[in-house]
Amino acid sequence: MNHPLNHPLNQPTYKIEARDLNIFYGQKQALNGISMSIERNRVTALIGPSGCGKSTFLRALNRMNDLIDGVRVEGAVTVDGRNIYAPGTDVVELRKNVGMIFQKSNPFPKSIYENVAYGPRINGLRDAKTLDEIVEKSLRQAALWEEVKNDLAKSGLSLSGGQQQRLCIARALAVSPEVLLMDEPASALDPLATAKIEELIHVLKQQYTIVIVTHNMQQAARVSDKTAFFYIGELIEFNDTHVLFTTPGKKQTEDYITGRFG
Amino acid sequence: MERHFDKDLQALKDNLVRMGSLVEDALIRSLDCIHSGNREAATAVIEGDHGINSLEVRIDDQIIDLLALNQPVASDLRLILAAQKINNDLERIGDHAVNLAESSIVLKTEGLEASFKMVMAMSETVRRMVRQALDGFIHSDPSLGRAVLNQDDLIDDLNRKVFADVMTTMKSQPSAIESGVELIRVSRNLERVADLATNIAEEVIFIAQAKIVKHGLGL
Repeated sequence: MNHPLNHPLNQPTYKIEARDLNIFYGQKQALNGISMSIERNRVTALIGPSGCGKSTFLRALNRMNDLIDGVRVEGAVTVDGRNIYAPGTDVVELRKNVGMIFQKSNPFPKSIYENVAYGPRINGLRDAKTLDEIVEKSLRQAALWEEVKNDLAKSGLSLSGGQQQRLCIARALAVSPEVLLMDEPASALDPLATAKIEELIHVLKQQYTIVIVTHNMQQAARVSDKTAFFYIGELIEFNDTHVLFTTPGKKQTEDYITGRFG
Repeated sequence: MERHFDKDLQALKDNLVRMGSLVEDALIRSLDCIHSGNREAATAVIEGDHGINSLEVRIDDQIIDLLALNQPVASDLRLILAAQKINNDLERIGDHAVNLAESSIVLKTEGLEASFKMVMAMSETVRRMVRQALDGFIHSDPSLGRAVLNQDDLIDDLNRKVFADVMTTMKSQPSAIESGVELIRVSRNLERVADLATNIAEEVIFIAQAKIVKHGLGL
């Protein structure tokens, strides 16, 4: 098992740390004093009922909330020890390093190749051979290469839902991120496509730190190492996944994961 | 929020309580037979075992369905996993009741009165342990589970003592060998029932407190 103490000494155990994070949408407080440390090369699942703040927390990790009007953020989120809310943070650079996969796959209306090459290209990469290598490597990492290698010129939109989602993962990987945020990445997919995404998550965590929001608790149990349970903007419990799903420490967690909630 | 799943869980608990009462009844009747030597009553215990076996299979089916269809977690998962073990333990106690009933048909106590008295004392404790283990399950009371655990060593000691006493008797009275072997068999069956009651008690603690206490862990 990948124990935090096994990491090289020059790397901090935690890739991401939230400290006293409060987020407001106008007058409404969506997150209430969240402090949470996310380990590198682990999968951390965020679970909780709708409106609990889990997606708000996820979006706070690469400042996606900045795009919503009237959002106010207090507290700090550090990635590799640097506060991403500090003045002067390069948000474009941040989002390259902390990529995001959304619930609904959103390929560009371009070829499969161009979807993946897009990020490196806008970062100034022009060399065709290097681009080819990045596209192949990213599609391989996203477990899509074998299915599309002869159809790279085809539109990304011609792919099935599950393939489109893996194309979006390849697109995120192409700009060499270190963290992948996933917002219900499999909720619109059939069981087979879901299984492929889950297998992919297991492989990707060897290289990336992954934070995933899911409504599917069995999915959280299957793919994650750590699970955080959110309720009404509070972090109720954060524990090793196998502990949270067998012997949760809080009654609210037990009620939620056993479906007694409400 | 009431869950549909709770009805299925309750049905499982109900069947397990039914299984417990069938097995306890078989045990009590077999112990009465040891005392009375009533051949008819012993035969009834032996013949009644198939009812226990078929209920065991029904409960197994319920457990498979609950696991396959509901993916339970936390306290629900503990209850179902424990129920599976308790079901198995109860079925085994039923088998020991049959062994005891069979022994009662052939058991003679002449020359072995002191040892027989010890076996009867054992049977009282074993009976109480089974009752407490089942009550612990019914009332989700880990303190009853712990009470059972505390009595297991006493039974082990008595079993060893019966064995030693009967051996001594057999050495001096070869005519008592046949009865002696049978009495050792009774004592051994009682000791196994106490072990199984202990297993059930451990599961009662696991359900209520999520603690694994078997093999002396976490006590």
